Amino acid sequence: MNLITYGEASDFSGVELTELGRFITDLTAGEEPSLLGTMVQTTAGLKPLGSVLKGLRQRVLRMVAEAGSGHLGASLSVIDVLTVLYFVRMRHDPSNPDWEGRDRLVLSKGHAAPALYAVLAEAGYFPPGELNSLRKLGGLLQGHPENTIPGVDASTGSLGQGLSIAVGMALAAKMDEATHKVYAIIGDGELNEGQIWEAALTAGHHGLDNLVAVVDRNQFQLTGRTEETKALEPIGEKWRSFGWEVIEADGNDPSSILDALDVCALTEGKPSVIIASTTKGKGVSFMEGNKFSKAVPDASELARALAELA
Amino acid sequence: MEQSSQLESFGRALVELGREREDIVVLDPDVASSTKTTYFAESFPSRFVRVGISEQDMLGIASGLAAAGKTPIAVGFAMFIIGRGWEQIANSIARQRLDAKIVGTHAGLSPHADGESHQMYGDVALMRTIPNMRVVVPGDAPSAVEALRAALEYRGPVYIRLMRGSTPTIYGEDIEFEMGRANVLREGSDATVIANGIMLSRALTAAEKLIGEGIDVRVIDMHTVKPLDTGAIEKTAKETGAIVTAEEHSIIGGLGSAVAETLAETAPTPMERIGIRDRFGESSRSYPELLAHVGLTPEAIAEAVHRVIERR
Ligand SMILES: Cc1ncc(C[n+]2csc(CCOP(=O)(O)OP(=O)(O)O)c2C)c(N)n1
Repeated sequence: MNLITYGEASDFSGVELTELGRFITDLTAGEEPSLLGTMVQTTAGLKPLGSVLKGLRQRVLRMVAEAGSGHLGASLSVIDVLTVLYFVRMRHDPSNPDWEGRDRLVLSKGHAAPALYAVLAEAGYFPPGELNSLRKLGGLLQGHPENTIPGVDASTGSLGQGLSIAVGMALAAKMDEATHKVYAIIGDGELNEGQIWEAALTAGHHGLDNLVAVVDRNQFQLTGRTEETKALEPIGEKWRSFGWEVIEADGNDPSSILDALDVCALTEGKPSVIIASTTKGKGVSFMEGNKFSKAVPDASELARALAELA
Repeated sequence: MEQSSQLESFGRALVELGREREDIVVLDPDVASSTKTTYFAESFPSRFVRVGISEQDMLGIASGLAAAGKTPIAVGFAMFIIGRGWEQIANSIARQRLDAKIVGTHAGLSPHADGESHQMYGDVALMRTIPNMRVVVPGDAPSAVEALRAALEYRGPVYIRLMRGSTPTIYGEDIEFEMGRANVLREGSDATVIANGIMLSRALTAAEKLIGEGIDVRVIDMHTVKPLDTGAIEKTAKETGAIVTAEEHSIIGGLGSAVAETLAETAPTPMERIGIRDRFGESSRSYPELLAHVGLTPEAIAEAVHRVIERR
């Protein structure tokens, strides 16, 4: 069984990363079909990634049920991407959230805050007990990410703005000749916003190879299917023509996500975007699709959902 | 007071009006399920434009539709359509004197749980500075419907500000509503509270409280912030000699500012302002709890009345 702790992956230079990629593939090919058996460092010690993910999904469900509002579907669709980033790929230090050399992450689709908060708590940025006070007056965990929360690199919640913020961070890293990476997580509906494409042009123009965008391609936005609202396809071609390296991945499969991130790490001279195919509400059969986009589970739905994830 | 939802009433009224007038086109930036324009969409799918999460695009499209003779109604969260779309509203709509209506929902602190990214309390100020623009802040569900009717009878750009959720119902069937004309909801001679939006019902509650303390307060619904009913302000200033404004908006640039500007120029009068005092919002699981947290309560209004009377 292989073991990954924070930052190992991005500590390697380009060539070594290839080797690391192979190392992971070799280890997982024989025994495990995916990364799910990999032990990762959590605030409660080493745990297999698969059980971390189940636990995080349960947390998110409890948080939204307790708060009485929140975007459950959007949180469950993106949680695998966030988990692989924070527990396998990103170079960061929960005991030192302001460490200058850390990789940054901008959750541009800020309404998935419950997922980000659950991940940050599991990594050790703040006590998991805080999760119970989501959206509570005076609580640490606001409805949308705030940079006052340990581990949150940018305040978001207004869609369309996060990629520009990430571009600014990536430009600053280039100016400082720093080696950290910047990740931006964008909703597919969020691609409706013009500012995303302004930022995409800027990043392409500057060849920001320290920037990785992940599009959470769950096919839905608030009021319905993306393709029935304002057709996005072919998404990959759009980004490619803006000067980006485009990688397709299964955004609910940790191995596929990590493979895609490996390609990003090797890409030079241009920014990368991962089009991560996901399912809204992933992990709870009756929440998959758009039904629980903004709905809050009642007590019996919560119990059924938790049972599915047990 | 009974409760009702401004957005529910507004959404139903849109359908009625859509039946009366074929020129009405409704635009949605992917929030129809929250703003209740879904009812219009179901009734008139061909006159409903789903622009996706593209507020600026939506306001530009509204401009083009208006230029082509349609009457567009662009409905979205106040933070995103007024904040992000201010310049499109100024340059593409108001500057051309186009007949487009803009409805900002989830205004003030009413998206209480979402937190500061969604809480908009600068929209009245932003809209007020645009020439040709009218600005209406209805205090309950019946007046929201009347505001919509009045806006459609008027030719030119209008901003209507609405709240999310259920709020106290103030007006009955006999409601009289004219854009630009204030309504006196309660007579009184010791001081005047001029309010709108959610603070209107809170002003009425404050007035009830004050009666017990021997203070007889007049309450005015200043639903239209622009054009402002300056005549009503001057009159009540002369008659009561003390003014308190109450709004769910920044004290910078909203109703309080507009009233102060009028008083300073024509009838200097002691005045106190209740509003959001230059701070960001935050999340709360309860709307009343959040209003209380930032000092938007009947008690705060009553205290301001005491203060202003002492200064008279
Ligand atoms: C600028 C802006 N407009 C509207 C909203 C309201 N809103 C919250 S989530 C959402 C849908 C987002 O869809 P998508 O990006 O596909 O993310 P998903 O929820 O599907 O993961 C909308 C319109 C917002 N937060 N910001």
